[in-house]
Amino acid sequence: MNTLKDAKVGETVMIKKITGSGPTKRRIMDMGMTKGAEVLIRKVAPLGDPIELHVRGYELSVRKADAELIEIE
Amino acid sequence: MEIKIALAGNPNCGKTTLFNDLTGSAQYVGNWPGVTVEKKDGRMKNHKDVVIQDLPGIYSLSPYTLEEVVTRNYLVNEKPDAIINIIDGTNIERNLYLTTQILELNIPVVIALNMMDLVRKNGDSIDIKKLSNQLGCKIVPISALKSEGGQELVAEAIDAAKNNRLAEPPHVFKGSVEHAIAHIEESIEHEVSRDNLRWYAVKLFERDEKVVEDLAFDDSLMRHIEMHIKDCEKEMDDDSESIITNQRYAYIQNVVDLSVVRKKARGALSISDKIDKIVTNRILALPIFAVIMFLVYYISVTTLGTVVTDWTNDTLFGAWIQPAVQHGLEAIGASGWLISLIVNGIIGGLAAPIGFAPQMALVFFFLSILEDCGYMARVAFIMDRIFRRFGLSGKSFIPFLISSGCGVPAIMASRTIENEKDRRMTMITTTFIPCGAKLPVIAVIAGFIMGGAWWAAPMMYFAGIILVIISCIILKKTRMFAGKPAPFVMELPQYHIPSGRGVLIHVWERVWAFLKKAGTILFLCCVVMWFLGSFGIHNGAFGLVDSENCFLSDIGNAIAWIFVPLGFGTWQAVASSLSGFVAKEGIVSTMGVLAGLGDVGGYTSSMHNAFAAFFPTSIAAVSFLFFNLFDSPCLAAISTMAKEMGSRKFFWFAILFQNVMSYCIALMVYQIGGLAIGTVAFGPATIVAFILLAGLIYLLFKPDRSKTAQLKVHEGAAA
Repeated sequence: MNTLKDAKVGETVMIKKITGSGPTKRRIMDMGMTKGAEVLIRKVAPLGDPIELHVRGYELSVRKADAELIEIE
Repeated sequence: MEIKIALAGNPNCGKTTLFNDLTGSAQYVGNWPGVTVEKKDGRMKNHKDVVIQDLPGIYSLSPYTLEEVVTRNYLVNEKPDAIINIIDGTNIERNLYLTTQILELNIPVVIALNMMDLVRKNGDSIDIKKLSNQLGCKIVPISALKSEGGQELVAEAIDAAKNNRLAEPPHVFKGSVEHAIAHIEESIEHEVSRDNLRWYAVKLFERDEKVVEDLAFDDSLMRHIEMHIKDCEKEMDDDSESIITNQRYAYIQNVVDLSVVRKKARGALSISDKIDKIVTNRILALPIFAVIMFLVYYISVTTLGTVVTDWTNDTLFGAWIQPAVQHGLEAIGASGWLISLIVNGIIGGLAAPIGFAPQMALVFFFLSILEDCGYMARVAFIMDRIFRRFGLSGKSFIPFLISSGCGVPAIMASRTIENEKDRRMTMITTTFIPCGAKLPVIAVIAGFIMGGAWWAAPMMYFAGIILVIISCIILKKTRMFAGKPAPFVMELPQYHIPSGRGVLIHVWERVWAFLKKAGTILFLCCVVMWFLGSFGIHNGAFGLVDSENCFLSDIGNAIAWIFVPLGFGTWQAVASSLSGFVAKEGIVSTMGVLAGLGDVGGYTSSMHNAFAAFFPTSIAAVSFLFFNLFDSPCLAAISTMAKEMGSRKFFWFAILFQNVMSYCIALMVYQIGGLAIGTVAFGPATIVAFILLAGLIYLLFKPDRSKTAQLKVHEGAAA
């Protein structure tokens, strides 16, 4: 299944579901990455990780390993 | 009668600027008890009966981070008279997420809609009346930076507090979720206060671990509640925590769609984004960062900082104050020892922390600017990949960098690290990076054993970095520092020009706190060290003595045996190390005094014989260097660490860890290195050294229990 980790820079995707549990998942959702939210993949950090996303009107940095928890359409 | 108003909001929403605006300079800064979270409160300007309690910037009231727990405990248990919820108007959706939670607390809320100037600039429009109606509380548009709307906000907040203005909270949850929560409310009606009923019901629905722990309901009640939750989860096909979060944002989306009109298309580049095109650019990011850090370091430590510090030490104290006091005391016929105590001991001792202050102020000035303008978040973004390797995050980079100048501001800079375990780990390991005061020791030892090699200093920095990495890897695997790794999900706030006043208050706060605390302890210890170094019992009589007979050398002699396996079990070497306890520069000056050379500036070959008495072999000198570079830092840094650590247990652990580490490393260097070059004979100490080495390698490579557990979570999720 498709996760945010697979999305390419410049793509806009919609979140289907957040998997996992605990503080990381809660944090991801608290920051606005919820079901149905639109996310634009802005860029990748110079050293390859983390990635910068544009969500709900602001810029958010997420590690690739955590991006894997975010299922997208 | 005193009114307490709490200030709550997201990080980067202008809370601090508003707080400074409301309280002027009447602030008190400390820590929340027992934790490393900063606590700030102050009295409102022009309304001395109003206390403003600043709360940590938080995104939510979840049970997972320290800042959130501290905040929710305060709001639920200490119940302020009103809350000013400050919201960033350019980032309204995410900011309102916290608002929906605050509105469940049954405390009067006034919303300060900040950054209105930017909202207008972007061409967006917010229908404040509509928004206010939907949320059920008064909204005051403000621009904290431009000081707009402050008066109205104050009036509304005080009015809300005085009249306990509570409106009906908005209907955030729908359908079966609202039903489930209502059921839970019914079930716990008699167990909790009316005020907190809603808050607890929602939290129980989310299975909030802290609330469950605090309420400690009996099993049958919990099972009943669990039943309601499970029914809802089944219907919504999702877990309860996600259900709540999704519904909150769905509600917010609705509200925002009705009251906010945005001019720019979603995802269009703002000015900040355009700046970031260059600053976090794949190719340019690292060079730009290197240049900025170099400039900060160069100005505040190498050039301007050293100039001011040297002036303070040499001119202000050395040429003006000390001689003046000396003459004054001599003139009134004070006895020799008293003059020595006051001039050398007390004033000389005080000169050390005061000498630090200008350098610290400069470092903090630049750091505050970089942090307030938003650049530090970019640094963490860029550096994260490297730091993740050893269990930290990009935010730890700054303290390590500052450490190469001075450990005191470095330890204080760790405050920006969100995760408490990472914060503490950074504080413990940051002084392994050699600071400016350790350079003289490196120079002298390098001169002694190899005629002054230029690569000695870089090599010791390199050794320091390696030691930091090794320590972090080892510590992260211990129970104390392991555990659920902190999520690195970080906002990259819009760049903005920092408020000059905010920066200056920041700097002053930190410098003053340092001067007060470090000054008192340092002062005391300098007096003690002076005493130990000047007095002794000679020929059966107590009094002022030569350096060989002072108490310090007695102590040096008494404990020298501990350092025999390290190769420098001479009382001179030990006494020099002891003086490093107060200030690392003291090591070299003590060495000079004990060798009869007086004040030692740098190394010259004529000193060789004098120091030979200290170190029987070259490898012993190297071991001495390693020990003194990596043991616990100077007293100023130690007292800073004590204050910032927030826990006695961690503080003493830190001291123990640093000293044990440096002892083991020096032992290995001497025994194994010495064996390799043929200077040191094989013996029981050598065996111990090899065992330690094996132990170290094991600790480095042993499987990380928590990491494998986390991997399983990811695998389970992906399956």
